[in-house]
Amino acid sequence: MKNQTALEVHNLTASYQRKPVLWEIDFKVPSGHLIGILGPNGSGKTTLLRNIMNLMEADSGYVKIFGKDLDEVRSRLSYVPQRESVDWNFPASVREVVEMGRYRPGNLLRRLKSSDKQKVKASLEKVGMLAYADRQISELSGGQQQRVFIARSLAQEADIYLMDEPFVGVDAATEEAILSILSGLRDEGKTVLIVHHDLQSAYQYFDWMILLNTRLIAAGPKEAVFNSTHLREAYGGKLNLLSKLGEIIAREQFPLREPDFKEKEGSGDE
Amino acid sequence: MNDVWAFFSFSDPTVRIVSLGTVFLAMSASVVGTFAFLRKRALVGDAIAHAILPGIAIAFMLSGTKNPIVLMMGALISGWLATWAMEYITEKTKLSNDTAVALVLSVFFGIGIMLLTHIQHSGTGNQSGLDQYLFGKAAGMTEQDLWTYSVVALLLLTVVISLYKELKVYSFNPDFAAVSGLPVKAIRRILNLVTVLAIAIGIQSVGVVLMAALLITPAAAARAWTSSLKIMLFLAALIGGISGLSGSLISYLSPAMPTGPWIVMTLSIITLLSLFFAPRGGALSRLLKQRRHSQKILNENLLKVFYKLSVERKLEKSGLNVAELLAERAINKSDFAAAIKRLKRKNWLLAEGKKLKLSSIGLVEARRVVRLHRLWEMYLSQRLNLKEDHIHPNAESMEHIISPELEALLLKELDFPTQDPHNSPIPYSN
Ligand SMILES: Nc1ncnc2c1ncn2[C@@H]1O[C@H](COP(=O)(O)OP(=O)(O)OP(=O)(O)O)[C@@H](O)[C@H]1O
Ligand SMILES: [Mg+2]
Repeated sequence: MKNQTALEVHNLTASYQRKPVLWEIDFKVPSGHLIGILGPNGSGKTTLLRNIMNLMEADSGYVKIFGKDLDEVRSRLSYVPQRESVDWNFPASVREVVEMGRYRPGNLLRRLKSSDKQKVKASLEKVGMLAYADRQISELSGGQQQRVFIARSLAQEADIYLMDEPFVGVDAATEEAILSILSGLRDEGKTVLIVHHDLQSAYQYFDWMILLNTRLIAAGPKEAVFNSTHLREAYGGKLNLLSKLGEIIAREQFPLREPDFKEKEGSGDE
Repeated sequence: MNDVWAFFSFSDPTVRIVSLGTVFLAMSASVVGTFAFLRKRALVGDAIAHAILPGIAIAFMLSGTKNPIVLMMGALISGWLATWAMEYITEKTKLSNDTAVALVLSVFFGIGIMLLTHIQHSGTGNQSGLDQYLFGKAAGMTEQDLWTYSVVALLLLTVVISLYKELKVYSFNPDFAAVSGLPVKAIRRILNLVTVLAIAIGIQSVGVVLMAALLITPAAAARAWTSSLKIMLFLAALIGGISGLSGSLISYLSPAMPTGPWIVMTLSIITLLSLFFAPRGGALSRLLKQRRHSQKILNENLLKVFYKLSVERKLEKSGLNVAELLAERAINKSDFAAAIKRLKRKNWLLAEGKKLKLSSIGLVEARRVVRLHRLWEMYLSQRLNLKEDHIHPNAESMEHIISPELEALLLKELDFPTQDPHNSPIPYSN
């Protein structure tokens, strides 16, 4: 299954109130990779995700998933929205939110089966949140909220995962934990697309990259995408220093953290 | 008083009809309103309520009757039109959502008032009573009205129960629901429809102007008591029902009173009480919690003083007197006395004549506090490289907060140090 085309975005143009924010985006993504979607603020990363999931209508172009239209393969797709996009004061427990991962057209108007509940527990266990299953979501830290969202996504048992900034506002320990879960998915042959804005860690985290700034700058294996020409093109003159840094990181295979580095202040998150 | 009894005996059929009808429609509005509250659509509910007025007026003008089903049809159509208009304007223009809501509200309401005025001046004789839709008057309710409201209430309840899980995910995270393949468009339409329905029957009792309060306030009050959506829906219905009942009671006792304002009045009182007394984030529970915390801090600070004086400086094996303690740490006299009392009650301090000394369990507790203080100082100086003189104040506050789990982590992290940065020994329990 690996390296079959998981996602194809074809000549996609999208706009808000006639103002285009994505121009003729065209790329294919093979399955079984951890893929970073990178670009400066306002470059259209979230908009690209929304288009892939058909949450907004494109002006032109199309998206195919495993060669099919979204509606035919919806159950193979899972979405982790930006953490701030929901109201965490909503009256629900951690378990209830993860159970939403098992809601689908097939069980409309019906209660969840015990097999669904098992999967919910297994997902909570994977992200280390089983102990918090009955906790109210309003009482979670940012990192725990993110884990809950990941657990909900895991409960969907999809083949393609689309995540919007899953590493924002989490501590280093949680970041590492999430990354290892995502790598695990990749090793099972799943495709994971992640909107990410930290260039410094991007090279280490992903094996594929999509570099965006309203138009597509580059898409491909990270070695081909992550170079100073592309980065400068995406981030403009402002980021000369960063792009130089990126080049060094790429060239020297520089580890970004000492291997045994542990966040000492992380305990507040547990 | 007799009147109150007469009301609650429900022997008068009018009382039965009016109070049952009001309770039903208040409950419907509260349940449906809970979703509006959670989706932060309070203003939309207000706009729909106002927008229903022209529908009622036109239905009356066309049919010439005040038949509830006919008027409700009119209400539904204009409520639906308003909902659609708000969505359309938000989606297709650059106007923000609240501008669209305000626009629809004022345009529809303006037309409604204009038509109502026209009807009032046309003098067909049958027109009186339409103005009750402004402030609500339950007293005119007929048996036919009651049947209509019961059926609608039952319908709403069925919808909310059978679509419970879909409504939950749609209210919490609509984008996620859409990507999961749930029919969000249909869910939204159904939710809009039941909202318009609940409002259309609700304004009979509450009136256009106060309808939004009946939609939103029960949910707000219920939220203060619970964090479970199921219980919240149930509580909102209960609170709405009680308000409906008391509104119709007052209306019964003094027939000149409109029902709506009294329903909303009762609701407001319940809500204020809920916000004050509720365990979850209520003002009272917060006050109590703050008091508990400051007592704990004082207790522990006193224990520290005892520990320093009696164990470390080996003053007076026979105990300490109040002057010695106050000399070591300035605490206001009445707080001090109260704290000593608490410590005695916990058996952490023992009195010997006028003097006080630590008991064995008090000593364990005192050691714990001193240990946490010094461990935290150690942590700050080692890990954050804070200067010595910056360490103490921070540790003063943290020592009261650190839990046993955190203490275990700290100990492991620091590898069981024996001295703090000022070279004072760190007391372990044995
Ligand atoms: N709902 C909207 N209406 C109008 N314009 C929008 C809307 N959402 C986004 N935009 C605009 O579209 C452009 C792309 O936005 P998008 O959110 O896709 O960027 P992004 O790459 O995700 O940015 P960030 O890193 O800040 O999340 C921005 O210029 C933004 O101002
Ligand atoms: Mg974004």
